[in-house]
Amino acid sequence: MDQENVHTGHPTSGDYFKIAIVLVIITLIEVGIFYIEQLGRWMIPILLVLSSGKFALVVMYYMHLKFDNKIFTYMFIAGLVLAISVIMALITLFEFWG
Amino acid sequence: MSQTHTPIHGEEETTSTGLNHRKMLMWAFLGSDCMFFGALIATYLVYQGKSLVGPYPIDVFDIPVTSVSTFVLLMSSMSMVLAYAALTKGNMKVFRIWMASTAIMGATFIGFQIYEFSSFSNHHVHIDCMNQSHELTAYEQELYDSGCKDGVDHIDSDSGLKPKTNLFGTTFYTLTGIHGAHVSLGVIWLLSILLLSFKKGVITPEKNLDVDLAALYWHFVDIVWIVIFTVIYLFGVFPGF
Repeated sequence: MDQENVHTGHPTSGDYFKIAIVLVIITLIEVGIFYIEQLGRWMIPILLVLSSGKFALVVMYYMHLKFDNKIFTYMFIAGLVLAISVIMALITLFEFWG
Repeated sequence: MSQTHTPIHGEEETTSTGLNHRKMLMWAFLGSDCMFFGALIATYLVYQGKSLVGPYPIDVFDIPVTSVSTFVLLMSSMSMVLAYAALTKGNMKVFRIWMASTAIMGATFIGFQIYEFSSFSNHHVHIDCMNQSHELTAYEQELYDSGCKDGVDHIDSDSGLKPKTNLFGTTFYTLTGIHGAHVSLGVIWLLSILLLSFKKGVITPEKNLDVDLAALYWHFVDIVWIVIFTVIYLFGVFPGF
């Protein structure tokens, strides 16, 4: 972190590049894991964790939620939690009563 | 809280929360759009594997191609955040370069999607009834069982995957099509801002909220794709899912 983020609290351009590299590496790992057949069903939780990591990096740093007012975080998380709840509820509903 | 918080983006606000109403509205919209895409993803997942006829995901998905389009969209997010950073530092020339590259990468992603949709809808299957060089997928086996009879040496099918073909086609095209519409809208928005930045006093380092809101929207379409790429594409081809 250099001079520019001392004033704004934001990451620098260099930090954004580093985050982009991490995002690309995670994507490459995802695609690589996809071709490892020995992982079997373990592939699903591993890919979910990696995907969640990418999601969190973009939201926290590129969308600045880590540095912005917490009210924005609550508004977004509320929608996200509801969305995940709908997905889980529908899957459960169709799995057991579909 | 609102008394002690200094807004990072744009000017000081005199609202009851101390936050800009337009930015608040954008976050409320993004939260609601999460639910919208959540419903579409849920619909895709509950109908996964319930199609009565092919083609199925394993027949049409091309993971290397989709990985490249995912890479392009991720890079567009990086260029968007760099455009915003350049604007806040007052470097208009760099801002415009990054904005243009973001829009170009967004348009490239749309190009990939058009190619993908076209490729899926024209999916061609050739089955040699006499000599199988590879293991047949479930769809190919269906075609083999119904078409490979005495005297037939090969089968060609051009039925492809269309929205009306099966449940997979309907849910897949609805989900990815709506995401593509979001990206297209984003590209138009970014290009509008790029054009407005040439008009004096409209987009300035101090008046950066319009760019901030467009950036939030653009990153959102990126994170939605992160989920779609994993849950629809990677899981879609995985036989154990």
